[in-house]
This record gives sequence, C-alpha cells and structure tokens, in this order.
Amino acid sequence: MSGELVEGSDARIGVFVCHCGTNIGGFLDVPDLVEYSRRLPNVVYSKDNLYTCSDTGLTEIKNAIKENELNRVVVAACTPRTHEPLFRSVCREEGLNPYLFEFVNIRDQCSWVHMREGEAATEKAKDLIRMGVARATLLKPQEEIEIDVTQCTMVIGGGVAGMTCSLSLANQGFDVKLIERESQLGGLLNSLHKLYPNNEDASRLVSKLKGDVKKNKRIDVLISTTVSNIEGFVGNYDVTVKHGGEDEHYKVGTIVVATGAEVYRPEGLYGYDGENVVTQLELEQLLRDGGLEANSVVMIQCVGSRDRDRPYCSKICCMNALKNAMIIKEVNPESQVYILYRDIQTHGTRYEEHYREARENGVVFLKYSPERQPVVEDGTVRVFDELLGEELILPFDLVVLSAAMVAHPDVKDLAQMLKVPVDESGFFLEAHVKLRPVDFATDGLFLCGCARWPCDIGESISQAFAAASRSSVILSAGRVVAEPIISFVDEEECSGCGLCEMNCPFKAIRVEETERGRIAKVIEASCKGCGMCGAGCPQRAISMKHFSDEQLVAQINALTGGGL
Amino acid sequence: MGEKPGSVLIIGGGVAGIQAALDLGNMGIRVHLAERAPSIGGRMAQLDKTFPTNDCSICILSPKMADCSRHPNITLHTLSEVTNVLGQAGSFKVSVRKRARFVKEKDCINCGACSAKCPVKVPDEFDAGLRTRGAIYLYYLQGIPPVMTIDKEHCLYLTRGICRLCETVCPRNAIDYEQQDEELVLDVGAIVVATGFDPFDPSVITQYGYKRIANVITSLEYERLICASGPTGGHLKRPSDGGHVEKIAFIQCVGSRDLYHNPYCSSVCCMHATKEAILAHEHDPNVSSYIFYMDLRAAGKGFQKYVARAERDYNISYIKGRVASITKDGDENPIIIYEDVDSSEPRKMAVDLAILATSLVPRNGVEGLAKILAVETDEFGFLKTDPFSPLNTTRPGVFACGCCREPVDIPECVLQASGAAAKAAEVLRR
Repeated sequence: MSGELVEGSDARIGVFVCHCGTNIGGFLDVPDLVEYSRRLPNVVYSKDNLYTCSDTGLTEIKNAIKENELNRVVVAACTPRTHEPLFRSVCREEGLNPYLFEFVNIRDQCSWVHMREGEAATEKAKDLIRMGVARATLLKPQEEIEIDVTQCTMVIGGGVAGMTCSLSLANQGFDVKLIERESQLGGLLNSLHKLYPNNEDASRLVSKLKGDVKKNKRIDVLISTTVSNIEGFVGNYDVTVKHGGEDEHYKVGTIVVATGAEVYRPEGLYGYDGENVVTQLELEQLLRDGGLEANSVVMIQCVGSRDRDRPYCSKICCMNALKNAMIIKEVNPESQVYILYRDIQTHGTRYEEHYREARENGVVFLKYSPERQPVVEDGTVRVFDELLGEELILPFDLVVLSAAMVAHPDVKDLAQMLKVPVDESGFFLEAHVKLRPVDFATDGLFLCGCARWPCDIGESISQAFAAASRSSVILSAGRVVAEPIISFVDEEECSGCGLCEMNCPFKAIRVEETERGRIAKVIEASCKGCGMCGAGCPQRAISMKHFSDEQLVAQINALTGGGL
Repeated sequence: MGEKPGSVLIIGGGVAGIQAALDLGNMGIRVHLAERAPSIGGRMAQLDKTFPTNDCSICILSPKMADCSRHPNITLHTLSEVTNVLGQAGSFKVSVRKRARFVKEKDCINCGACSAKCPVKVPDEFDAGLRTRGAIYLYYLQGIPPVMTIDKEHCLYLTRGICRLCETVCPRNAIDYEQQDEELVLDVGAIVVATGFDPFDPSVITQYGYKRIANVITSLEYERLICASGPTGGHLKRPSDGGHVEKIAFIQCVGSRDLYHNPYCSSVCCMHATKEAILAHEHDPNVSSYIFYMDLRAAGKGFQKYVARAERDYNISYIKGRVASITKDGDENPIIIYEDVDSSEPRKMAVDLAILATSLVPRNGVEGLAKILAVETDEFGFLKTDPFSPLNTTRPGVFACGCCREPVDIPECVLQASGAAAKAAEVLRR
C-alpha cells in the first residue's frame, strides 16, 4: 500500500483522539470529538484512546488500518515534537507510507492553553481536527532520502581545540585534514607561559599535542594553509584550500571550526604602549623570558570587555591575572601587585581557591565601577575603590591590561563560505544555545573553542571532544537519512533568477547551468523544508513536499469555510 | 565501521547522561543508561525555564528523553544502581541492581487510578516537597518510562500487609507486589559517569532561617513553585499564606564561597537567580527583585546581555554584599539584614519572599559509587578530573561529564556529555 498513489477522493481516513490520561480528557469532551470526526469528509473510522501512544493504542491503530482499509491516519493528541515519529513508524509497520500520517495537536494547543474553557477548547479542537483531516486527504507518500558520507573530517584551526578534536576523531578511526594558517600548530598556546590552574608549562602541553598529532597517521596536517572555498552539504563537502599559492581540493564529510580568538590590542586605552603598559599576553612573554623587573604592578581587568563595544565578559582574564599575579609574587615576594576588577570570575571548584590564596599572599584587589574607570597618568594609577569608598593613588613600574578576547577579523569570510551565522561580537553562533552548543544549524558543521566564545583551555578541550563526538555520529552512520520534507523545483517554471539561492539559510538550493539554461536545484540532504525559497520565488516555481500549497489551502478553507 | 563494537554504560539519566547516550547510540554503539530514580530527566526536568533563552526546560528536554527511550541502541535501566565493577578499560563487567518497581512497566498505562486512591501521603521529591504524593505515584508528568512506581518504604501493603487498593482499581492488573530486585551483569567497554548534583541543604546556615521562616525557600523550590506543572500550577504564592508576592530577595552564595561549607563557587547561581527574577516579573509586572551577590558571575555566552536586560526591563536590582541574616516580622515577611556597601552601614529590607541560591554539591551516594568504580574524588566529593584532561577520571575507561565533576550549566553539561561519548568511542574503537 505504501508506494501506491491514492487520489484524494479515494482517501479512507481513520481519526484517533487521545485522552492523554486526564491531560486532554480532563478538559475536552473527547467522545464528542470522536463523534464529530466521524462525520467529516473521507473519514471512515474514528476512535478514542486513553493513551494512543500506549501499546494498546498503537495496536488499535494497526487493527483499524487493516480492518477498515485505512490509507490515511490522523491522531489528535499531545504534540508531534515527541510523538510524530512513533505514529509514523506504526503506519510503516502496517504497510502504510509514514507520510500519510497527520498529527493534530489538541493537548498543547487546546487543553493546556485553555484549561479553564473546556467547551471553547473542544470547539477549537474540532476546528483543528477538521483542518487535519482536510490536509490528510491530500497527503502523498514520500520516500526518505539517503546519502553516503565521506569518511573524513576537516578541522579548521590547529590550536589546542583543533588538535584535540583531530586526535579524538583519528583515535575513533576517521581520517582528518587539519588546516592551520600559521606556519606551526599550537595557536594562542604558543604565546603563553604557564597555564592556570596548576601552572603547567604551556610549551609542555603544546608539544605533547603536536607530537601526538604528528605521530598519528590518520591526521594530515596542512600548515600555512587557508580555506578559500566551501561547497557541498553534509557528508559531501568540497573544500578548496590555498597552500603555497596553489589551490588544493578536498572532499570531506564534516567540518569542525576551531579557529580560536585573538587578544584585543588596547590602543589608546590606559596609556597602552607595549612597554610600561602592556597586555597580559605581553606579560606572559616577559615572564617566560625572565625579563620582568617591577616592584609595583597594577593589573586592570575588563579592558575592552563589558563595555559598550564589547558587552560580553571575556571569561578567562580574571584567572589569568590571578595566575600571573601569583607568579610575580613568587619570583619577587617583595613586589606589590594590585588587581583592579569589576567582578572576579573564579567559577567552579578549581578557581575560587586561587582568588583566596592570592589575597592571602598579599595581592591587593580593588573594585572599580565602569562609571569611574581607573586613570593611568604620570607613573601612577588613580582608582576609586567602590568598597572602601575612596580614591587611591598607586605608583607603578608596570601596568598590565587584561585585554578582551575578540573574534578573528577573518571569521567573517569563513562564516560566509560556510554560510553560518556569527553573533554581534563576531563569535560563531551555534544551532541552539542550550542543547546544541557545538553544532551549527547546518548539518555536518561543528564548532569548538574560542571561535564559539571565550573559554579556557580545559573548556576548549571538552568542546573539542564534543565536536569530535558530533562529527563521529555522522561519519559512523556512513549514510545520512533525511526527511523528505523539502522543497521541489518545477523546472518548467524556474527562470534561474537565483533569488532562492540567496534566501536559503542552509545553502541547500543553488542555480545550475543545464542544457535548458539556468535552473535551481535542491540539495536534498541539506534542505530543511523551511520554505524560504518558495516564499520568495517570483515564478512560484518552488513547492514544499509534504506541505504543498494545495494542502495548506485545504486546511485554511476547512477552517474558514472556503474562499481561498 | 560495519561491525558493532562493544557497549558503554552511562550512569545517570539527566541531560548529560541522555546526551552521551544519544551520541553513542547514534554512532552505532550499544548503550546501557542506568538511572537511580523511577524515570530519566534528572535536575533539568525539575527546572521551570532555562537561562539565557528562557526556553521551557522540560519542553526542550522531553524530545531528547523520548529519543532515548525509542532508540534501538539504548537500553534504559531505571531504579538502577551500579553495585560492582570488574575488569578494565575495553572490558568491564558491571553489576547493576534494578530495584523492584512493583508495577509491570509493560502493562501500566499511567491512567492514575491507583495514585488517586492511594491512602498514603508523603512529600513529593520531584516537587521539592511542596506537595504530597501517594505511595504509588508517577515520578513526574513527563517522566520516561511513563509508568507508576510503588515506594516500598511507604506502601501500606509492603510495610504492614494491608490495603492493596491500587491493585483493586488498576484496570490493567499492572500491580505486582511480588516483584523482586533484579541483578544485571553488563559487559561494557567504557563507563560514563553523569550523576549530577544535589542542592545544598541550607538549614545548617541557621541565620538564614530556612525551615523556620516559611517564606524563605530554596531556588529549586522556587523553580517548582513557578512551573506550570508544579504544585501551584505555576502561580507564585507565598508558602506561609498563599498570598501575593511583589517583592523578592535573592540571596546568592548560600553554602558557596563559604569556608564553613563549600569553599568553591557553584557557577550557575548568579544566572539562575537572574532568570528566576525575570520569570517572577513575567508572572506579574509589579514584582521587584533584589539580588544580593558577592561577585556577579556572568561569563558565559550571552550572559552579560541577559543581566543587562534584567536590570533594564524587569525591575531587578543587584546589591553587592553577603547577607548577614534573615529574620521575620509579624506578617511572616522575611527581613533581609545586609551591609550597604556604599555607606558600610547595616540595612534591613522586608520582602514577601526570600530565595536562597543554594550551592551545588555532589549527588548523595557518589562517594560510594566512586569506591565501586575505583575512581578518586576531589576534596569536595566531586569526581576528580585533570584540568587538561577534563573528562577523564582517575581510572582509564571511566569518564565523567556534567555536574558530577564540577558545577556547570546546561550547555556545558551537554557538551561535556558529547565529549565523554567521544572518549568512550575511542576506547571501543581503538
């Protein structure tokens, strides 16, 4: 039955109305809904279930399909978000194409939101069921799309995140192309002295990682290489890179962005000159070379962070300042170190004790407010301490600015090539802030480390493993199965104007030269069925499979009594 | 990767355990997900909304729970705890005790007839004790598996041999008082620990009056109080008299950054207090909130913007300083006693409701679990990890993610869980 095309007029629809325990049944008149459904056009069967999703309910659907020769199933219940896949698979098990199933949401949209108006909510449920039945009549079988996946990941950026991610994927048995634009791997880690919270040598960590990457036969490292073009879609990305003036092409299944961030240059702020007033990054080099001679050091936090231009907190600067303050105290216990801060960010179990230790070891913490910023002038720093409520004048040998972490300026080019969004501060934007922190909305693209948001090395490493996992999910499957709810181009009508290509947020439609001229082609694996291409098409040449204009108009007419 | 590699045990079915299970399952690896409670979901299921997007917590979690329960590669073991671990990375033999539910999972249709008739009333854990439940009960509305459980400590039949009312009313004959605990032995290549956190019990900080002053509650209690599926149906009412709430104090670092209790920072409280204050205002625009904090820790993605919005649009004031104590007046209004930083003077503020941002501590029982797993814990009882191998425990093949290793927010839990899944896959595929 599944492959067979059934004309609308031959539709035999079964409607199942769920009580959902008391979730729906406690508020709506479910027997009335069943009775109402039975009288709708093309409905040959209707029934209520205490829980349609229970084994009993599912068996009732299956039996009804058999006994009543149903070729469309409508369930009026909780929400398709959690339950549509279940009912679709029940249809499939009974030989009915799963796309001949329609969900009507009468829990979220009726009983939950109109709890105190049972009668009106029942009437609304009738409207929704009538609309669902109208659409179901016009549903067509759809076949799922399967695409092979190239068993290789490209990792862009060879810092701690990129190297860690590459190693994990390689250790899971996948090939990796690791792209680094500088002449060596290591990223920002190459410029650091010691790492908080345990004063590990940055050089030790970076050389261990570099060594492991070098030894691993599955990782192909490309240094002094930049990405110049990206085409394709999940499982089948074609990446062009520039290496020594030559273009090279690679086919990969997934891409991980690990391009990191850079330290803001605080030109014009607090008398920054790179000598007496330096950044924490420059201090790291002084400490590494043993070239620091200063008895009085004043560190200023939130330089370029939490201000109008960059409203965000750069997250790592407080711990970094604490670490360097402690190193200065260790080298020269007589030295005086001040940290001028707004809120000390020593979150979690590992960091707070460093704040306490620093205070116990004589590092002086002075809280300033953004309204009264410290002033560096004539060899002193003037600061109004909020807690003491008075202005202090601190003579200094060295001022150290905890400068913001900022997005690389060339992130924009990469974002454009990948067609992924960045936020207003230039950091890449993930698919969902809470639940998909290292995925891009586009399938097969992932993100880790400071390119996502300022984070420390431990966090970068966790994210790198996360991106490796997400990438591995796609590679391991070997194939991508996509829902056929995608757009469809009527090639006769298409004028090849390219508006759809511009409108598509997923890079899933593109205009191609064909024998018959320029015609838009849907990249089925990438298409999310959002409809942006269709809405903007001046020729009305694009329609959505499973959400055709015809089906939607039928729904609206069912609600309004016709006329559209 | 045609052949199916070995399987992985995940301990803990909160958002971290669920994410690790889904990633591994989707890689084609068999997963056993062991959860101690009657249903998966963990702490995230108890939250009303989540910062900084104000997404409804259960609404974004439950599709993942459903994916887990339907996944062909994932086997859920609820009411289950690990009792023994033998072997090493690549080939562990794990014993799991699955406690009797006394309800047949296959037959129960969750109709609620049994719990409606149960004569026992005990505090409901999921709703933080704010309402009562029967001895036979649904752990929570959206829980998975969606079946009833008999709490044998309180069931009249199982303790005293009388009653059996639930059996009488069950339309499916799903009650089984004879059910026994089961012992399972699982062969797994790697173990992921995701046991999460407990909220610190603030009654030991006697000066804050928790349990003595009715209108002093914890953050978790507040989450249930404003949740539509919570004990008041989402109406923000004062516990003492059901009265209207217009002025709220949020007390930060309760048990955190405190040398007498937990010296560490619990990471998430500045943000959840901000969220909770925003939600109070969304319930009633007349609400004003005061957040008493030490350092405002809002370093995560989008957090500073969220805090700025809170101050600008939601009548929320941030007051720097640790609250000294809380007393009450004759109307059961909590009185907050604090030092005003500007004047260094002690001040008092009467509010309708005070909410204690209690610190996050390791789940009770983690110490025992760590012994069974032969992994070390840190000085606070969290699982010990290295700063630069953050997902490795001290035993090869055993990984940790989420709040069992350190307090972290939901995105961090989720990404650590994916990370731990990658580490486990490395062990299996090496």
